Amino acid sequence: MIEVRQLEKSFGAQLILDGVDLRIDSGESAVIIGRSGGGKSVLLKHLIGLLQPDRGQVLVDGDNITRMNERQLLRVRRKFGMVFQGAALFDSMTVAENVAFGLRRHEHLTEAEITRRVAAALDVVDLPGTQLKKPAELSGGMRKRVGLARAIIYEPQIILYDEPTTGLDPIASDSIDHLIMRVRDHLNVTSVVVTHDMRSARRVGNHVFMLHGKKIYAHGPPEEFFASRDAVVRQFIDGVADAKETIL
Amino acid sequence: MPFSLLLCVTMNFLGQTWVGEWLTGLGRIAVLTRDAVASALTFKASRRDLLYQIYFIGIKSQSVVLITGAFTGMVLTVQTYIQFHKIKMDTASLAVVGVSMCSELGPVLTALMVAGRVGAAIAAELGTMRVTEQIDALRTLATHPIDYLVVPRLVASMIALPLLTVESVVVGIGSGYLVGVQLLGIDPVYLWFNMLKFTGVIDLEFGLIKSFIFGGIIALIGCYKGLSCGMGAEGVGRATTEAVVYSSISILITNFFLTLVFQRVAVLVL
Repeated sequence: MIEVRQLEKSFGAQLILDGVDLRIDSGESAVIIGRSGGGKSVLLKHLIGLLQPDRGQVLVDGDNITRMNERQLLRVRRKFGMVFQGAALFDSMTVAENVAFGLRRHEHLTEAEITRRVAAALDVVDLPGTQLKKPAELSGGMRKRVGLARAIIYEPQIILYDEPTTGLDPIASDSIDHLIMRVRDHLNVTSVVVTHDMRSARRVGNHVFMLHGKKIYAHGPPEEFFASRDAVVRQFIDGVADAKETIL
Repeated sequence: MPFSLLLCVTMNFLGQTWVGEWLTGLGRIAVLTRDAVASALTFKASRRDLLYQIYFIGIKSQSVVLITGAFTGMVLTVQTYIQFHKIKMDTASLAVVGVSMCSELGPVLTALMVAGRVGAAIAAELGTMRVTEQIDALRTLATHPIDYLVVPRLVASMIALPLLTVESVVVGIGSGYLVGVQLLGIDPVYLWFNMLKFTGVIDLEFGLIKSFIFGGIIALIGCYKGLSCGMGAEGVGRATTEAVVYSSISILITNFFLTLVFQRVAVLVL
Protein backbone atom coordinates (compact mmCIF):
# COMPACT_ATOMS: atom_id res chain seq x y z
CA MET A 1 0.00 0.00 0.00
CA ILE A 2 1.19 3.51 -0.84
CA GLU A 3 0.01 6.49 1.15
CA VAL A 4 0.94 10.13 0.53
CA ARG A 5 0.25 12.66 3.27
CA GLN A 6 0.34 16.44 2.82
CA LEU A 7 3.17 16.30 0.27
CA GLU A 8 4.77 19.61 -0.66
CA LYS A 9 7.51 20.18 -3.22
CA SER A 10 9.06 23.29 -4.75
CA PHE A 11 11.84 23.73 -7.28
CA GLY A 12 13.41 27.08 -6.40
CA ALA A 13 10.60 29.59 -6.02
CA GLN A 14 8.16 27.47 -8.05
CA LEU A 15 5.69 25.49 -5.94
CA ILE A 16 4.80 22.22 -7.73
CA LEU A 17 2.87 20.19 -5.13
CA ASP A 18 1.03 21.82 -2.24
CA GLY A 19 -0.48 19.36 0.22
CA VAL A 20 -1.10 16.27 -1.91
CA ASP A 21 -2.92 13.40 -0.18
CA LEU A 22 -3.61 10.05 -1.80
CA ARG A 23 -3.83 6.38 -0.92
CA ILE A 24 -3.32 3.44 -3.27
CA ASP A 25 -4.21 0.00 -1.92
CA SER A 26 -2.35 -3.20 -2.76
CA GLY A 27 -3.45 -4.71 -6.05
CA GLU A 28 -5.12 -1.48 -7.12
CA SER A 29 -4.49 0.11 -10.50
CA ALA A 30 -4.35 3.86 -9.93
CA VAL A 31 -4.22 6.44 -12.68
CA ILE A 32 -2.99 9.97 -11.99
CA ILE A 33 -4.15 12.47 -14.58
CA GLY A 34 -3.60 16.18 -14.88
CA ARG A 35 -2.28 18.85 -17.20
CA SER A 36 1.24 18.82 -18.61
CA GLY A 37 3.63 20.46 -16.17
CA GLY A 38 1.13 19.98 -13.36
CA GLY A 39 3.48 17.84 -11.23
CA LYS A 40 2.30 14.29 -12.08
CA SER A 41 5.77 12.94 -12.80
CA VAL A 42 7.14 14.79 -9.77
CA LEU A 43 4.51 13.07 -7.61
CA LEU A 44 5.35 9.68 -9.16
CA LYS A 45 9.07 10.16 -8.46
CA HIS A 46 8.26 10.85 -4.81
CA LEU A 47 6.51 7.47 -4.54
CA ILE A 48 9.78 5.64 -5.24
CA GLY A 49 12.06 8.10 -3.43
CA LEU A 50 13.72 9.57 -6.53
CA LEU A 51 12.76 13.00 -5.17
CA GLN A 52 12.57 14.11 -1.56
CA PRO A 53 9.65 16.35 -0.53
CA ASP A 54 9.98 19.68 1.26
CA ARG A 55 7.20 18.58 3.63
CA GLY A 56 4.87 15.64 4.05
CA GLN A 57 5.23 11.87 4.06
CA VAL A 58 5.24 8.98 1.61
CA LEU A 59 4.47 5.64 3.25
CA VAL A 60 5.19 2.39 1.41
CA ASP A 61 3.72 -0.59 3.26
CA GLY A 62 3.75 1.59 6.39
CA ASP A 63 7.42 2.69 6.08
CA ASN A 64 8.01 6.42 5.77
CA ILE A 65 10.46 6.58 2.86
CA THR A 66 11.00 10.33 3.12
CA ARG A 67 13.20 9.77 6.16
CA MET A 68 15.38 7.16 4.49
CA ASN A 69 18.85 7.71 3.05
CA GLU A 70 19.76 6.44 -0.44
CA ARG A 71 21.06 3.06 0.81
CA GLN A 72 17.88 2.39 2.82
CA LEU A 73 15.80 3.42 -0.18
CA LEU A 74 17.56 0.83 -2.36
CA ARG A 75 15.97 -1.91 -0.23
CA VAL A 76 12.49 -0.35 -0.56
CA ARG A 77 12.93 0.06 -4.32
CA ARG A 78 13.23 -3.71 -4.78
CA LYS A 79 9.45 -3.72 -4.35
CA PHE A 80 9.11 -1.37 -7.34
CA GLY A 81 9.50 -1.44 -11.08
CA MET A 82 9.34 1.79 -13.05
CA VAL A 83 8.72 2.50 -16.73
CA PHE A 84 10.01 5.92 -17.74
CA GLN A 85 8.49 8.33 -20.22
CA GLY A 86 11.50 8.05 -22.54
CA ALA A 87 12.10 4.39 -21.52
CA ALA A 88 15.54 5.35 -20.01
CA LEU A 89 17.19 2.22 -21.41
CA PHE A 90 20.95 1.95 -20.89
CA ASP A 91 22.10 2.80 -24.40
CA SER A 92 25.50 1.14 -24.08
CA MET A 93 23.81 -2.25 -23.47
CA THR A 94 21.81 -4.63 -25.62
CA VAL A 95 18.12 -5.30 -24.99
CA ALA A 96 18.99 -8.55 -23.16
CA GLU A 97 21.56 -6.79 -20.95
CA ASN A 98 19.04 -4.04 -20.16
CA VAL A 99 16.32 -6.51 -19.21
CA ALA A 100 18.70 -8.70 -17.19
CA PHE A 101 20.25 -5.75 -15.33
CA GLY A 102 18.24 -6.13 -12.09
CA LEU A 103 18.67 -9.90 -12.04
CA ARG A 104 22.43 -9.75 -12.49
CA ARG A 105 22.83 -7.14 -9.78
CA HIS A 106 20.64 -8.63 -7.09
CA GLU A 107 20.03 -12.33 -7.68
CA HIS A 108 22.54 -15.14 -7.90
CA LEU A 109 21.29 -17.00 -10.96
CA THR A 110 23.05 -19.09 -13.57
CA GLU A 111 23.58 -17.61 -17.02
CA ALA A 112 21.09 -20.15 -18.44
CA GLU A 113 18.42 -19.10 -15.93
CA ILE A 114 19.00 -15.39 -16.70
CA THR A 115 18.73 -16.09 -20.45
CA ARG A 116 15.49 -18.02 -19.89
CA ARG A 117 13.93 -15.27 -17.76
CA VAL A 118 14.97 -12.52 -20.19
CA ALA A 119 13.33 -14.45 -23.05
CA ALA A 120 10.17 -14.95 -20.94
CA ALA A 121 9.99 -11.24 -20.04
CA LEU A 122 10.44 -10.25 -23.69
CA ASP A 123 7.68 -12.70 -24.64
CA VAL A 124 5.33 -11.01 -22.16
CA VAL A 125 5.92 -7.64 -23.86
CA ASP A 126 5.61 -9.19 -27.36
CA LEU A 127 9.24 -8.61 -28.32
CA PRO A 128 10.70 -12.11 -28.72
CA GLY A 129 14.06 -12.41 -30.48
CA THR A 130 15.19 -8.80 -29.88
CA GLN A 131 17.80 -9.72 -27.26
CA LEU A 132 20.82 -8.63 -29.30
CA LYS A 133 19.45 -5.32 -30.55
CA LYS A 134 20.66 -2.00 -29.14
CA PRO A 135 18.12 0.56 -27.85
CA ALA A 136 19.02 2.90 -30.75
CA GLU A 137 17.70 0.27 -33.20
CA LEU A 138 14.23 0.21 -31.59
CA SER A 139 11.15 2.38 -32.18
CA GLY A 140 9.62 4.46 -29.35
CA GLY A 141 6.95 1.83 -28.63
CA MET A 142 9.48 -1.00 -28.61
CA ARG A 143 11.73 0.92 -26.23
CA LYS A 144 8.85 1.35 -23.80
CA ARG A 145 8.10 -2.38 -24.01
CA VAL A 146 11.74 -3.19 -23.24
CA GLY A 147 11.50 -0.74 -20.32
CA LEU A 148 8.46 -2.66 -19.09
CA ALA A 149 10.24 -6.00 -19.49
CA ARG A 150 13.14 -4.62 -17.44
CA ALA A 151 10.68 -3.49 -14.76
CA ILE A 152 8.74 -6.76 -14.48
CA ILE A 153 11.56 -9.31 -14.75
CA TYR A 154 12.24 -9.44 -11.01
CA GLU A 155 8.51 -9.58 -10.25
CA PRO A 156 8.01 -6.35 -8.27
CA GLN A 157 4.95 -5.70 -6.13
CA ILE A 158 4.38 -2.20 -7.51
CA ILE A 159 4.90 -0.88 -11.05
CA LEU A 160 5.02 2.84 -11.80
CA TYR A 161 4.38 4.05 -15.36
CA ASP A 162 5.40 7.60 -16.29
CA GLU A 163 3.30 8.63 -19.30
CA PRO A 164 3.58 5.23 -21.01
CA THR A 165 1.67 6.20 -24.17
CA THR A 166 3.02 9.72 -24.71
CA GLY A 167 4.56 10.19 -28.15
CA LEU A 168 3.17 6.92 -29.55
CA ASP A 169 0.71 6.47 -32.40
CA PRO A 170 -2.83 5.28 -31.47
CA ILE A 171 -2.09 1.64 -32.36
CA ALA A 172 1.13 1.54 -30.33
CA SER A 173 -0.69 3.29 -27.45
CA ASP A 174 -3.43 0.66 -27.59
CA SER A 175 -0.89 -2.15 -27.43
CA ILE A 176 0.86 -0.53 -24.44
CA ASP A 177 -2.51 -0.21 -22.66
CA HIS A 178 -3.21 -3.91 -23.25
CA LEU A 179 0.25 -4.72 -21.97
CA ILE A 180 -0.30 -2.73 -18.76
CA MET A 181 -3.61 -4.55 -18.20
CA ARG A 182 -2.02 -7.92 -18.94
CA VAL A 183 0.83 -7.29 -16.50
CA ARG A 184 -1.62 -6.02 -13.87
CA ASP A 185 -3.87 -9.08 -14.17
CA HIS A 186 -1.23 -11.79 -14.63
CA LEU A 187 1.32 -10.61 -12.06
CA ASN A 188 -1.29 -9.20 -9.66
CA VAL A 189 0.77 -6.06 -9.05
CA THR A 190 -0.18 -2.61 -7.81
CA SER A 191 0.03 -0.20 -10.77
CA VAL A 192 0.35 3.56 -10.74
CA VAL A 193 0.00 5.14 -14.18
CA VAL A 194 0.65 8.81 -14.82
CA THR A 195 -0.98 9.95 -18.04
CA HIS A 196 -2.95 12.66 -19.77
CA ASP A 197 -4.33 10.21 -22.30
CA MET A 198 -8.03 9.92 -21.35
CA ARG A 199 -8.63 6.71 -23.30
CA SER A 200 -5.72 5.06 -21.56
CA ALA A 201 -6.87 6.33 -18.14
CA ARG A 202 -10.37 4.93 -18.69
CA ARG A 203 -9.04 1.49 -19.62
CA VAL A 204 -6.14 0.75 -17.31
CA GLY A 205 -7.28 2.30 -14.03
CA ASN A 206 -9.68 1.17 -11.35
CA HIS A 207 -9.13 4.41 -9.42
CA VAL A 208 -8.51 7.79 -11.03
CA PHE A 209 -6.82 10.72 -9.27
CA MET A 210 -6.83 14.16 -10.86
CA LEU A 211 -3.98 16.50 -9.97
CA HIS A 212 -5.07 20.11 -10.36
CA GLY A 213 -4.07 23.31 -8.58
CA LYS A 214 -1.06 21.49 -7.01
CA LYS A 215 -3.37 19.07 -5.11
CA ILE A 216 -5.50 16.01 -5.75
CA TYR A 217 -8.60 17.84 -6.98
CA ALA A 218 -10.88 14.84 -7.53
CA HIS A 219 -10.68 11.06 -7.40
CA GLY A 220 -12.84 7.99 -7.70
CA PRO A 221 -13.54 4.86 -9.73
CA PRO A 222 -13.36 5.48 -13.52
CA GLU A 223 -17.10 5.15 -14.19
CA GLU A 224 -17.85 7.68 -11.42
CA PHE A 225 -14.96 10.00 -12.31
CA PHE A 226 -15.69 10.16 -16.03
CA ALA A 227 -19.38 10.89 -15.30
CA SER A 228 -18.44 13.85 -13.06
CA ARG A 229 -20.33 17.12 -13.58
CA ASP A 230 -17.57 19.23 -11.96
CA ALA A 231 -16.57 21.99 -14.40
CA VAL A 232 -12.79 21.56 -13.95
CA VAL A 233 -12.94 17.75 -14.29
CA ARG A 234 -15.27 18.00 -17.30
CA GLN A 235 -13.02 20.54 -19.00
CA PHE A 236 -10.02 18.23 -18.64
CA ILE A 237 -11.88 15.08 -19.72
CA ASP A 238 -13.42 16.80 -22.75
CA GLY A 239 -10.15 18.55 -23.59
CA VAL A 240 -11.61 22.04 -23.90
CA ALA A 241 -9.17 24.97 -23.76
CA ASP A 242 -9.96 28.24 -21.97
CA ALA A 243 -10.57 31.23 -24.24
CA LYS A 244 -7.23 32.75 -23.16
CA GLU A 245 -5.42 29.54 -24.07
CA THR A 246 -6.94 29.27 -27.55
CA ILE A 247 -4.39 30.12 -30.19
CA LEU A 248 -6.05 32.18 -32.91
CA MET B 1 25.47 44.48 14.80
CA PRO B 2 25.64 41.17 16.67
CA PHE B 3 28.21 38.68 15.44
CA SER B 4 25.61 35.99 14.55
CA LEU B 5 23.65 38.44 12.37
CA LEU B 6 26.83 39.59 10.65
CA LEU B 7 27.77 35.96 10.01
CA CYS B 8 24.30 35.25 8.65
CA VAL B 9 24.41 38.24 6.27
CA THR B 10 27.92 37.31 5.12
CA MET B 11 26.92 33.67 4.50
CA ASN B 12 23.83 34.80 2.61
CA PHE B 13 25.93 37.15 0.46
CA LEU B 14 28.50 34.43 -0.21
CA GLY B 15 25.75 31.96 -1.05
CA GLN B 16 24.52 34.23 -3.82
CA THR B 17 27.93 34.77 -5.42
CA TRP B 18 30.31 32.54 -7.34
CA VAL B 19 32.23 32.03 -4.09
CA GLY B 20 29.14 30.36 -2.63
CA GLU B 21 28.69 28.21 -5.72
CA TRP B 22 32.36 27.24 -5.62
CA LEU B 23 32.20 26.32 -1.93
CA THR B 24 29.00 24.32 -2.51
CA GLY B 25 30.66 22.44 -5.38
CA LEU B 26 33.71 21.74 -3.22
CA GLY B 27 31.47 20.40 -0.44
CA ARG B 28 29.59 18.14 -2.87
CA ILE B 29 32.84 16.74 -4.27
CA ALA B 30 33.96 16.05 -0.70
CA VAL B 31 30.71 14.16 0.00
CA LEU B 32 31.04 12.25 -3.29
CA THR B 33 34.63 11.33 -2.37
CA ARG B 34 33.57 10.10 1.08
CA ASP B 35 30.73 7.98 -0.35
CA ALA B 36 32.91 6.59 -3.16
CA VAL B 37 35.74 5.63 -0.77
CA ALA B 38 33.24 4.02 1.64
CA SER B 39 31.71 2.06 -1.24
CA ALA B 40 35.13 1.06 -2.65
CA LEU B 41 36.24 -0.24 0.76
CA THR B 42 33.17 -2.48 1.02
CA PHE B 43 33.70 -3.90 -2.51
CA LYS B 44 30.25 -3.07 -3.82
CA ALA B 45 31.51 -2.54 -7.39
CA SER B 46 31.51 -5.46 -9.82
CA ARG B 47 34.83 -6.87 -11.01
CA ARG B 48 33.58 -6.90 -14.61
CA ASP B 49 32.84 -3.15 -14.59
CA LEU B 50 36.22 -2.46 -12.97
CA LEU B 51 38.10 -4.44 -15.63
CA TYR B 52 36.22 -2.66 -18.41
CA GLN B 53 37.13 0.73 -16.94
CA ILE B 54 40.80 -0.27 -16.58
CA TYR B 55 40.70 -1.24 -20.26
CA PHE B 56 39.00 2.04 -21.23
CA ILE B 57 41.19 4.32 -19.10
CA GLY B 58 44.47 2.38 -19.30
CA ILE B 59 44.68 0.49 -22.60
CA LYS B 60 42.79 3.04 -24.68
CA SER B 61 45.01 5.90 -23.45
CA GLN B 62 48.25 4.18 -24.52
CA SER B 63 48.80 5.99 -27.81
CA VAL B 64 48.27 9.49 -26.44
CA VAL B 65 50.49 8.82 -23.40
CA LEU B 66 53.26 7.19 -25.44
CA ILE B 67 53.39 10.04 -27.96
CA THR B 68 53.39 12.66 -25.18
CA GLY B 69 56.09 10.83 -23.20
CA ALA B 70 58.33 10.25 -26.23
CA PHE B 71 58.27 13.79 -27.57
CA THR B 72 58.59 15.37 -24.13
CA GLY B 73 61.70 13.23 -23.46
CA MET B 74 63.18 14.15 -26.83
CA VAL B 75 62.62 17.90 -26.62
CA LEU B 76 63.85 17.99 -23.02
CA THR B 77 67.06 16.21 -24.04
CA VAL B 78 67.67 18.68 -26.87
CA GLN B 79 67.02 21.76 -24.69
CA THR B 80 69.16 20.46 -21.84
CA TYR B 81 71.97 19.54 -24.24
CA ILE B 82 71.96 23.07 -25.73
CA GLN B 83 72.52 24.60 -22.28
CA PHE B 84 74.85 21.92 -20.87
CA HIS B 85 77.01 21.88 -24.01
CA LYS B 86 78.12 25.44 -23.18
CA ILE B 87 79.73 24.25 -19.95
CA LYS B 88 80.91 20.87 -21.29
CA MET B 89 78.34 18.84 -19.34
CA ASP B 90 76.74 17.11 -22.35
CA THR B 91 76.69 13.68 -20.69
CA ALA B 92 74.52 14.97 -17.82
CA SER B 93 71.66 15.82 -20.22
CA LEU B 94 69.80 12.53 -19.73
CA ALA B 95 70.10 12.81 -15.94
CA VAL B 96 67.97 15.97 -16.09
CA VAL B 97 65.50 14.18 -18.33
CA GLY B 98 65.38 11.19 -15.96
CA VAL B 99 64.72 13.23 -12.82
CA SER B 100 62.15 15.53 -14.45
CA MET B 101 60.32 12.69 -16.21
CA CYS B 102 60.11 10.57 -13.05
CA SER B 103 59.04 13.20 -10.57
CA GLU B 104 57.29 15.95 -12.56
CA LEU B 105 56.76 15.71 -16.30
CA GLY B 106 55.85 12.02 -16.44
CA PRO B 107 53.02 12.12 -13.89
CA VAL B 108 51.78 15.64 -14.72
CA LEU B 109 51.72 15.36 -18.51
CA THR B 110 50.24 11.86 -18.38
CA ALA B 111 47.53 13.08 -16.01
CA LEU B 112 46.77 16.13 -18.17
CA MET B 113 46.45 13.97 -21.30
CA VAL B 114 44.25 11.42 -19.52
CA ALA B 115 42.15 14.26 -18.04
CA GLY B 116 41.50 15.50 -21.56
CA ARG B 117 40.53 12.09 -22.88
CA VAL B 118 39.05 10.20 -19.93
CA GLY B 119 37.76 13.05 -17.74
CA ALA B 120 35.79 14.43 -20.68
CA ALA B 121 34.46 10.97 -21.60
CA ILE B 122 33.35 10.24 -18.03
CA ALA B 123 31.55 13.60 -17.69
CA ALA B 124 29.87 13.25 -21.10
CA GLU B 125 28.75 9.65 -20.48
CA LEU B 126 27.37 10.27 -16.99
CA GLY B 127 25.88 13.61 -18.04
CA THR B 128 24.02 11.98 -20.93
CA MET B 129 22.82 9.25 -18.58
CA ARG B 130 21.52 11.92 -16.23
CA VAL B 131 19.60 13.94 -18.83
CA THR B 132 18.05 10.78 -20.35
CA GLU B 133 16.94 9.56 -16.88
CA GLN B 134 19.27 6.54 -17.01
CA ILE B 135 20.66 7.47 -13.58
CA ASP B 136 17.11 7.50 -12.18
CA ALA B 137 16.49 4.15 -13.91
CA LEU B 138 19.57 2.75 -12.14
CA ARG B 139 18.20 3.93 -8.79
CA THR B 140 14.78 2.36 -9.47
CA LEU B 141 16.62 -0.90 -10.19
CA ALA B 142 17.93 -0.73 -6.61
CA THR B 143 21.45 0.14 -7.76
CA HIS B 144 23.41 2.98 -6.19
CA PRO B 145 24.99 5.20 -8.90
CA ILE B 146 28.12 5.53 -6.77
CA ASP B 147 28.59 1.74 -6.57
CA TYR B 148 27.88 1.17 -10.25
CA LEU B 149 29.26 4.29 -11.96
CA VAL B 150 31.71 6.15 -9.70
CA VAL B 151 33.66 3.42 -7.88
CA PRO B 152 34.76 1.40 -10.96
CA ARG B 153 35.94 4.61 -12.67
CA LEU B 154 37.70 5.89 -9.54
CA VAL B 155 39.51 2.63 -8.76
CA ALA B 156 40.39 2.00 -12.43
CA SER B 157 41.76 5.51 -12.82
CA MET B 158 43.90 5.17 -9.67
CA ILE B 159 45.29 1.86 -10.96
CA ALA B 160 45.77 2.94 -14.59
CA LEU B 161 47.43 6.32 -14.04
CA PRO B 162 50.57 5.01 -12.24
CA LEU B 163 50.98 2.32 -14.92
CA LEU B 164 50.59 4.85 -17.72
CA THR B 165 53.06 7.14 -15.94
CA VAL B 166 55.70 4.38 -15.77
CA GLU B 167 55.18 3.81 -19.47
CA SER B 168 55.53 7.51 -20.21
CA VAL B 169 58.72 7.78 -18.11
CA VAL B 170 60.33 4.75 -19.77
CA VAL B 171 59.50 5.96 -23.26
CA GLY B 172 60.55 9.53 -22.41
CA ILE B 173 63.98 8.49 -21.12
CA GLY B 174 64.41 5.96 -23.93
CA SER B 175 63.59 8.44 -26.67
CA GLY B 176 65.77 11.08 -24.97
CA TYR B 177 68.64 8.59 -24.96
CA LEU B 178 68.19 7.84 -28.67
CA VAL B 179 68.09 11.55 -29.58
CA GLY B 180 71.14 12.24 -27.38
CA VAL B 181 73.20 9.43 -28.90
CA GLN B 182 72.00 9.32 -32.50
CA LEU B 183 71.22 12.97 -33.16
CA LEU B 184 73.39 14.97 -30.78
CA GLY B 185 76.35 12.59 -30.68
CA ILE B 186 76.70 12.33 -26.89
CA ASP B 187 78.76 9.44 -25.51
CA PRO B 188 76.18 6.67 -24.84
CA VAL B 189 77.93 5.07 -21.83
CA TYR B 190 78.42 8.28 -19.82
CA LEU B 191 74.99 9.52 -20.83
CA TRP B 192 73.35 6.37 -19.43
CA PHE B 193 75.68 6.15 -16.41
CA ASN B 194 74.92 9.73 -15.33
CA MET B 195 71.20 9.22 -15.77
CA LEU B 196 71.32 6.18 -13.44
CA LYS B 197 73.59 8.01 -10.99
CA PHE B 198 71.38 11.09 -10.53
CA THR B 199 67.91 9.60 -10.95
CA GLY B 200 66.90 8.02 -7.65
CA VAL B 201 64.25 5.41 -7.01
CA ILE B 202 62.65 7.95 -4.70
CA ASP B 203 62.00 10.24 -7.71
CA LEU B 204 60.01 7.48 -9.37
CA GLU B 205 58.21 6.67 -6.11
CA PHE B 206 57.13 10.31 -5.70
CA GLY B 207 55.97 10.34 -9.32
CA LEU B 208 53.89 7.21 -8.81
CA ILE B 209 52.26 8.58 -5.64
CA LYS B 210 51.43 11.76 -7.56
CA SER B 211 49.91 9.86 -10.46
CA PHE B 212 47.83 7.75 -8.05
CA ILE B 213 46.37 10.96 -6.59
CA PHE B 214 45.90 12.54 -10.04
CA GLY B 215 43.97 9.42 -11.11
CA GLY B 216 41.56 10.01 -8.24
CA ILE B 217 41.18 13.70 -9.12
CA ILE B 218 40.38 12.98 -12.79
CA ALA B 219 37.75 10.32 -12.00
CA LEU B 220 36.09 12.22 -9.15
CA ILE B 221 35.82 15.54 -11.00
CA GLY B 222 34.60 13.78 -14.18
CA CYS B 223 31.97 11.81 -12.21
CA TYR B 224 30.89 14.84 -10.19
CA LYS B 225 30.48 17.02 -13.26
CA GLY B 226 28.56 14.28 -15.08
CA LEU B 227 26.25 13.45 -12.18
CA SER B 228 25.46 17.11 -11.48
CA CYS B 229 25.23 18.39 -15.05
CA GLY B 230 22.44 20.68 -16.23
CA MET B 231 19.63 19.54 -18.46
CA GLY B 232 19.89 19.24 -22.24
CA ALA B 233 22.78 19.13 -24.68
CA GLU B 234 24.11 22.45 -23.37
CA GLY B 235 24.34 21.03 -19.85
CA VAL B 236 26.29 17.98 -21.04
CA GLY B 237 28.63 20.16 -23.13
CA ARG B 238 29.33 22.46 -20.22
CA ALA B 239 29.90 19.55 -17.82
CA THR B 240 32.40 18.01 -20.24
CA THR B 241 34.36 21.22 -20.67
CA GLU B 242 34.35 21.96 -16.94
CA ALA B 243 35.50 18.42 -16.12
CA VAL B 244 38.61 18.87 -18.28
CA VAL B 245 39.36 22.42 -17.12
CA TYR B 246 38.84 21.75 -13.40
CA SER B 247 40.76 18.44 -13.51
CA SER B 248 43.70 20.09 -15.27
CA ILE B 249 43.81 23.03 -12.88
CA SER B 250 43.46 20.74 -9.85
CA ILE B 251 46.29 18.53 -11.12
CA LEU B 252 48.65 21.49 -11.57
CA ILE B 253 47.85 23.01 -8.17
CA THR B 254 48.00 19.65 -6.36
CA ASN B 255 51.30 18.89 -8.07
CA PHE B 256 52.88 22.05 -6.65
CA PHE B 257 51.89 21.24 -3.07
CA LEU B 258 52.82 17.57 -3.40
CA THR B 259 56.25 18.60 -4.70
CA LEU B 260 56.75 20.81 -1.63
CA VAL B 261 55.75 17.96 0.69
CA PHE B 262 57.94 15.42 -1.14
CA GLN B 263 60.92 17.76 -1.00
CA ARG B 264 60.61 17.85 2.78
CA VAL B 265 60.22 14.07 2.90
CA ALA B 266 63.24 13.61 0.62
CA VAL B 267 65.38 15.79 2.90
CA LEU B 268 64.36 13.66 5.89
CA VAL B 269 64.85 10.31 4.10
CA LEU B 270 68.13 10.99 2.29
